[in-house]
Parts: sequence; structure tokens; C-alpha cells
Amino acid sequence: MNLNPFALPLVQGHAMTTASPDDSVAAPSIQAAAPQVYAAASTNEIKIHAKDVNVFYGDKQALFDVNIDIPGKSVTAFIGPSGCGKSTFLRCINRMNDTIPTAKVTGVIDIDGSDVNAKSVDPVILRSRVGMVFQKPNPFPKTIFENVAYGPRIHGLATGKAELEAIVESSLKKAGLWNEVADRLHQPGTGLSGGQQQRLVIARAIAVGPEVILMDEPCSALDPIATARIEELIDELRNQFCIVIVTHSMAQAARVSQKTAFFHLGKLVESGSTEDMFTNPRDTRTQDYITGRFG
Amino acid sequence: MLTWLSLLFLALFSGAAFMLGKRRAVKTAGGAPRVLHSLPGYYGSYAALWAGAPAALLLLLGTTFGGRVEDAMLQAQRPAVVQSLDVDRQDVFFSDAQAIAQGIAPSEVTYEGELKAALDVKVAEARRIENLVRFSVLGLSGVLALSGFLLAFPRLSADFRARNRVEGWVGGLLMASSIAAVLTTLGIVLSLVWESWRFFQSISPIDFLFGTVWNPQIAMRADQVAAEGAFGAVPLFAGTFLIMLIAMAVAAPVGLYSAIYLSEYANRPVRSVIKPLLEVLAGVPTVVYGFFAALTVGPLFRAGFNALGATMVGGPLDGVGQYLMEVQNQMALVAGVVMGIMLIPFVSSLSDDIINAVPQSLRDGSYAMGATKSETVKKVVLPAALPGIMAAMLLAVSRAVGETMIVTMAAGLQAKLTVNPLDTVTTVTVQIVTLLTGDQEFDSPKTLSAFGLGLTLFVVTLGLNIIALRIVQKYREQYD
Repeated sequence: MNLNPFALPLVQGHAMTTASPDDSVAAPSIQAAAPQVYAAASTNEIKIHAKDVNVFYGDKQALFDVNIDIPGKSVTAFIGPSGCGKSTFLRCINRMNDTIPTAKVTGVIDIDGSDVNAKSVDPVILRSRVGMVFQKPNPFPKTIFENVAYGPRIHGLATGKAELEAIVESSLKKAGLWNEVADRLHQPGTGLSGGQQQRLVIARAIAVGPEVILMDEPCSALDPIATARIEELIDELRNQFCIVIVTHSMAQAARVSQKTAFFHLGKLVESGSTEDMFTNPRDTRTQDYITGRFG
Repeated sequence: MLTWLSLLFLALFSGAAFMLGKRRAVKTAGGAPRVLHSLPGYYGSYAALWAGAPAALLLLLGTTFGGRVEDAMLQAQRPAVVQSLDVDRQDVFFSDAQAIAQGIAPSEVTYEGELKAALDVKVAEARRIENLVRFSVLGLSGVLALSGFLLAFPRLSADFRARNRVEGWVGGLLMASSIAAVLTTLGIVLSLVWESWRFFQSISPIDFLFGTVWNPQIAMRADQVAAEGAFGAVPLFAGTFLIMLIAMAVAAPVGLYSAIYLSEYANRPVRSVIKPLLEVLAGVPTVVYGFFAALTVGPLFRAGFNALGATMVGGPLDGVGQYLMEVQNQMALVAGVVMGIMLIPFVSSLSDDIINAVPQSLRDGSYAMGATKSETVKKVVLPAALPGIMAAMLLAVSRAVGETMIVTMAAGLQAKLTVNPLDTVTTVTVQIVTLLTGDQEFDSPKTLSAFGLGLTLFVVTLGLNIIALRIVQKYREQYD
């Protein structure tokens, strides 16, 4: 049953299926980071509905009939080999594909019942509700304060300086960065370390007050310690936001997510609770991928 | 001719050294080239470099300085009859002796009697010296080539580090190139300083830098009426900066906006047409812009201002109207506007490259926050590109300050201290041109003042660059 060594921490955390005696040597911080995973996901309402989503880049079809329900206030992970369409699908949710002239999206993606692709939806407003964190930390070449204040400023969320400062402080605190940067808010954000930059970018996204946060391989450019910090942070944020994370690391998906979707060659092969996916995959391709046979 | 021949011969010898060195390396390897420290070609190159380079250097030095050595040797002994001549005449005597020896037409001076005899002696001596110098250079480089090869060749063995040695030579060549560039610049600056110093001996630097009258006429003869010249450079610099400001007022916004359009808003087909067109425009020679300014824009502006003035005459703005009626073709505005047009493609093309270099991830980050395109451009892209854009603007300023043809044709020659863009002004560059064209005496303050102007212009642009660099450093918002 123990298909995948990466799945161990999760399995151990709930002791539902198998728990071999030497499981206790697995990383303890991870155990702390994933408490009561399955229960949290099951009590959640569906936030994002995707129905028959197809994406074309010019003549090339990148996604084929993707159907998935993404629960609110939990973490959903998209896994799959490179080029499988998981990032493409992620970018459909906040319409970032609009910035690519040749991209065309069909099908319906609705958030709380309203279609994001509807003519009446302004992508600018959509994106203030659906924040995004990218693979490489991309803080603006501004001070730490200005980075976080950027969103509230352009959306007019603060009426005065004090209010803006309060938003910046609470966002940095939520992103777990406040203690490290409180005394240097007015220094360049690009001077932070990679992991700090990524948390700064998360704080920047939180400052707008989004409902959904999309993360496109947020840890792939970070070292293991910074990665662990981000994963802890994701787990804390799960109580307030609907988080969708694309990751190459199956261990990460197992650690941080409650629901997992496996993409392969532009198709959504399988989705379900993370626990089921890693212990009991229905599709052989999923099984092959999570056991490391390809990808 | 002989030098070229010997260079060709040297190249052949060097090539032979390459082949021999390579063959020797292969031979020592005993058919297993992998035991060699370097590739066989490096062994060949090492031998070729030692055979060729020192000798070639000597030949080069010989051609450059051989003439001077010959002169010095020829003039070492001056017969009494020659010494009795003026210094100028002595120089002519020796150059004639050289010319006759080399079979070139000498000057029209006729030599007679004792002087003729002395000349014949010197001609024979010149021939002898020429041959001596020439053949000693050739012989010496032959010896150098051969000994270089003989020195290098026996060292070639399997564990000789030929690659490192050859790379050392290449590194030296690269360093020499950069040193040559620096030294040339230094030489120009030094000559500028030296000639300016000579100028400032006759004209006080205070009068030059702070004087407000520019009238560089110096009496050529003592009895000439043209009296004292005045060398106050302030009007020239005022004119230069007035025109530069007008030019930048045109080029900076238009160039920057067109760069923003091209890099952020234009779609691919539009961009692929406009960008090359702009770059072609940047290649139009400035003299073309100059006559465009003088023959088209000047008369057009004049007609426009005159017509505008005509409507004002007799009204409450009668004085202004009278003035506008008298506006001429040549004015600061025309030169400035045309120069601005010339700079648009320059500014736009440079800024476009700089804006394009801002990482796409920053734009994505901004869009993902729900920023509009305009917010992204204003608050993320432009601030990130600011240092580069500043640098582009400064390059444009230094081109505007140094630009000559347009202002020569369209701005005028009269040195006036004015900020009125409708008046004729003159610039530093225009004055340097007028001072140095035509027959000039190279010792008079009039001519030397060009060096004074050049030095001051150099210092001013240097100062501008330093200030700008400071600004850039202060407002730099770095991205990786």
C-alpha cells in the first residue's frame, strides 16, 4: 500500500491506512504543517467550478475538456509532468492568459457561480479577487512597503496613510514576514533573500484582500528551508483563502494540499482528496507518476 | 614597398613555424595526441607567435619612427654655411636634401655655390642613412624572427603548456587594445589641455569663462583697425544650452512616448514596421537635417511667425506683433526643433530597448494584482527602466550639445546672449567650425580659442554626466 515514500508524512499524520514503526523518523515539521487535512477539505463548499475548459495557443491545443471543482478555504494542488497544462489551467482562473495574444479559452470557469470569462467581467476586478504568486519571486523594484502597498493603492483600498500602513502591516504579518522586515520597510524589496521575496510577493497578493490565491510553483526557485517556511505559510493561509498551487514536487502536494488534481498531456486525469490520490490512485497514469515511474 | 614585402615574408615564415611546431608536437606525442598537454594547434601557434610577433613589432616601429631617426642623424652635423641660415631656412634645406635623396620634388628654393655643395653632400649622406636605417631594421627583424623561432621550437615537448602560453599572448593583445583606446583618449585630452593652456596665456580664463561678448577678431597686422578681439564664451554656451533645451523638449517626450507605445501597446506587425523605420531615420546624416532646417523649416517658421505678427500689429499686442514681423529664417527655435526631430529615433530606439529589458515577470506580477496596463506601465515598468531611460536622455543631450551641422545651417553665427528662441544664436560647435575652417594662423588666440572652447565643452559634458550618474544612482530601483 505504501506506494510512495513522499506520501509518508501525510499518511503518518492521520494514521488512517498504514503506519510502519519507523514512520516517526519522517520530518517532524511537516507533521506539524498538515494537521487534520482531510476533515478540513470535506467540510468545504466548492469555490471554483470548471466545466469543459479547453485552451488553445494558436493552433496548438494545450488543455482538453478539464472539469474540476475546487473547494474554498483549502489547498488544492495541481501536479503532473512538465508541459501537462497545469500552469495553463491555473492562468485561466484569473485570466492571465489574456496577456498572451494567441491564447483562446473555451468552456466555463465560475467562481461563486459567476463565469470569469463572461463579457461583463473585467479582468482587472477579477484579478483583485484572485491573486497570483509566480514561480520566480518577482517583487517590484520598489521598497518593501511600496511593494505591499501597490495593490491597495491601485484599487483605492486605503483612504489615508494610517490605513495603508495598517494594511501593509497586517499583510506582512499574515505572510509571516513582518518580524523580519519591520525595521527596514523602506529598503528595496529586491534586497531580500529568495524565500523572503516570495513571502513578500504573497503579502503583496494578500494586501488586496483576494478570495483565491493561485500559486504557480512558488517554491521551485527556493532552497529547502525557505520552501518549508512557504509551506507552513500556505497551511496557515488555508483558513482564510482558497489556495490553488501548481507544483512539481509530489511531496509538496502531499504535505500542503487537501485536494490534488493530476494533469497529463493537457488532460485532467484524476482529481480527488490528496490522501486518496497518493494512497489509492484510480488511474494507472497517476499511479505511475506518483511512484516516480515517469515525469 | 620593402616593408610590405618583408611583412609578407615574415607572415610566410610564421606560417612555416606554425606547421613545424605542430608537426613537432604530433611527433613527440608518438601518434597519441592525447599525451600532449594542449591541442597540437597551440604548439604551432606558440612557435608562430615567437617567430612572427617580435619581428613584426620591430618592423612596425621601424616604419613609424624610422623617418625621425633618419632626420635626427642627418641633422646631427650642420655645416657652417647652413648654420648661417634662418632656422626656417635650415629646415627647408634639410627637407630638400631628404626629398632629392628619395627622388621626390624638392621645394622651389634654389641653392648656389657653397650651399649647393653642402646640399649635395647632405643628399649623399641622406641616401646612405636611409639605406643604413632601412637595412638595419630589416636585418634586425630577420634576426629576431629567426632567434624567436629557435628559442621557442626546442621547448615544444609533450608536457609543455602551449595553450596557457598562447592564451597569455592573446590576453596581452586584448589588454594592449584597451590600453590603446584609453591612451588615445588621454592623448586627446592632454593635447586639448595643452593648447588651451597656450590660449589662456594670452586671454585670461576669467574673461573667457565669464565674459559676455564673443568677437574673436584679432588684428593680423599692427596697423589694422580691427582692434582687440573679445573672447567671452558665455553667449556661446548660452546658445548651446538654449538649443539643447529646445531639442530635448521635442525629443524627450516624443521619443519616450513612442518607445512606450512600441514596447507596451503596439502589436507585433505594427512594431515590426515602425521599429526598423525609426532606426533608418536615426541613420539620416545630420547635414540632411541641416539643410532641411535651413531651407524648409526655417522659412516655414518665419512665414508662420510673420503672419501671426501681422494679425497683432495695431492691436493691444502691437509691440509683439512688430517683433514677430521681423523674425528671420535663422533662429534657435528652428535649429532646436529640427535637432529634436533628429534625436527622436535615437531616444525612442534606446528607450524601447531599455523598456523591453524590464522582465516580463514584473508586468505579470502587476497584472496579477489587478493593475491595468496603464498602471503597470506608469508604476512598475517605467520606474524599473528609469536609470536606463536617464542614460538614454543623457546620450541625447550630449549629442545635442556636440551637434554641429544643423546649428551651423539653421541657428546663425551671431553670438548673442539671449533666451529668446526666435532670435539667432550661435553655439560652441559652430564657432569651432568657423574658427578652424579656411586659412588660419595656428598661433593666434583666435585659432587657439577653439581649444579653449573644446576643453570647456568637454568639462561641461563631463560634469553633466557625473551629475546624471549621481541622479541615476540615487533613484536606481534595481531588478535582476
